[in-house]
Amino acid sequence: MALSPNDVDVRAQRRSARYQEYRLMLGAFRRDILALISLVIILAFVIGAIFAPWLTPYPDQGRGEPNILEKFQPPSWKHPLGTDYLGRDVLARILFGGRSSLSIGFLVVFLAGLIGIPLGAIAGFYGGWIDEVLMRITDVFLSFPPLLLAVAIAAALGPSFVNTMIAIAVTWWPWYARLVRAQTLSLREQYFIQAAHSIGVGDLTIILRHILPNVLGPVLVQGTMDIGSAILTGAAISFIGLGVQPPTADWGKMISTGRIYFIERPWFAGSAGAAIFLVALAFNLLGDAVRDVTDPRTRRGA
Amino acid sequence: MKDGVLLSVENLHVRFDTYAGQVHAVNGMTFDVRRGEIFGLVGESGCGKSVTGLAIVGMVPHPGRITAGRILFDGEDLLSKDEEEMQHIRGRRIAMIFQDPSAALNPVFTVGNQITRIIRHHMNLSRRDAYERALSVFEAVGLPDPVRIYRSYPHELSGGMQQRVMIAMALSSGAELLIADEPTTALDVTIQAQILDLLAHLRETQHLSILLITHNLGVVAEICDRVGVAYAGNIVEMGATEVVLNQMKHPYTEGLIAALPSPTRRGQPLQSIEGSVPDGLHLPSGCTFHPRCPHVMDRCRDHTPPRVQFSTPYGDHVVSCHLYAREEAR
Repeated sequence: MALSPNDVDVRAQRRSARYQEYRLMLGAFRRDILALISLVIILAFVIGAIFAPWLTPYPDQGRGEPNILEKFQPPSWKHPLGTDYLGRDVLARILFGGRSSLSIGFLVVFLAGLIGIPLGAIAGFYGGWIDEVLMRITDVFLSFPPLLLAVAIAAALGPSFVNTMIAIAVTWWPWYARLVRAQTLSLREQYFIQAAHSIGVGDLTIILRHILPNVLGPVLVQGTMDIGSAILTGAAISFIGLGVQPPTADWGKMISTGRIYFIERPWFAGSAGAAIFLVALAFNLLGDAVRDVTDPRTRRGA
Repeated sequence: MKDGVLLSVENLHVRFDTYAGQVHAVNGMTFDVRRGEIFGLVGESGCGKSVTGLAIVGMVPHPGRITAGRILFDGEDLLSKDEEEMQHIRGRRIAMIFQDPSAALNPVFTVGNQITRIIRHHMNLSRRDAYERALSVFEAVGLPDPVRIYRSYPHELSGGMQQRVMIAMALSSGAELLIADEPTTALDVTIQAQILDLLAHLRETQHLSILLITHNLGVVAEICDRVGVAYAGNIVEMGATEVVLNQMKHPYTEGLIAALPSPTRRGQPLQSIEGSVPDGLHLPSGCTFHPRCPHVMDRCRDHTPPRVQFSTPYGDHVVSCHLYAREEAR
């Protein structure tokens, strides 16, 4: 389509409306100190994980190279968080460990959403036997204790990063399916959905244009909070030895190997624990803030 | 078919099959809406007036179904149309607005976004032309500062403005018939009056015909040209508003009007009609109003009342009641 000056005009107006909207969201966000701190913590860990090789003088140790001569050193200027039982710099291990832990957090939620959101929307939108079948399947997955199922899958598929991720995602998607289904059920009865139906708008278009944008808020909130929980679960699986395998750094693994030295040399298990705690907490607080910000109805008052 | 009739509902029956049995929601509803007129369909809750509105656009909710009757729109039988043909009629030729405008707007998109989508769905317009058209219909329904409204989210507008937006959407694709189901019930009185004025104004300027479904006789008196009084899924009395409200003949209409609060009867208890609306599961035999009728006669109990037509200076006046059948026979 060729651009006429008029088109530009309309687009500019749309852009300015959108811009205004983002500013409103940002404004509400900026007033929330806790959310801002959480975001800074998360960004720090993410940047730390991505640029780990350049941020530490010991990238090889971060990747797992032992340095036996310097083992069990307490925190010092040379090693701000000390060294572990193989003499590796703990800060470097934490930065590199963030790579697996944070990826597990993000990817698990992404995968769970990828499975859960469409299934939930389909179940809620069509109802009837489709709903019945899909919901019984989610019930089956929900009836397993999440950690146990993850352990079983990790055990069956063999311990590895990817399998840990799949294992957690498999236990996680039913929550998204349920959340989206519940929202869809109430949305489906709204006049604007029925009106779209009545003029012949296709099901797919209705789901994509009317249902999904309306469920995105709650899903985003749930997702943000779940990143923290997924990291915790990932750490738990690594802790019992079914997740990321040595010598790759992982926070859960660091706690499990460090726990026997914890009384006299708490710095390496403690640092990993602190990292997990900080990130999980930050994602939870951020989730709260996202809830307030994404709903156009509550944004005004925020 | 009579000249100038846009919509004609003939002997419409709608049943709901429920576990408790068949609910007779609409039983032989018969009325017509002429071009450029505002026809009021008035009745208590549960008299089948909303279901009738939905039946016209082919959207009777599950498990309801139309079991008999005809709905002629501009000479074509809507009941014989398939779903695809109905989709072309809905929105393009017949539009409908509801009581709660906030439920009819998608909360996550601006109203401008929504109305342009509708316009572009129905009419093959460029983005720019659809935008222009949206602004012009916003202006036509009396929304101040259309550009600002265009960019607003539904929650940023008041109930009255939302209803105006709904009316704008209904008109945006050039509908000839507007079915307004209790359009002012959720609004406060001053806004109610404004919306009614707007509907009356649009009838003049856009050559719109309006089927106004309401339980409010005041609304009927305000803007309707003709009115049909519905009871238990049927029209018991129909005619020009002046005639029906001032020289009503049916005992039910009399009861309704007597029940209106009036400044001249200040201090006296409000009148009401004895009993309550029959439920559609167990309709009374004969005349459905007979258990509550102060003039009930023997034949009312088991004979369906005839439709008796009177001529008035304002046009036909139709009453379904045995009282007048006797009179006519004399």
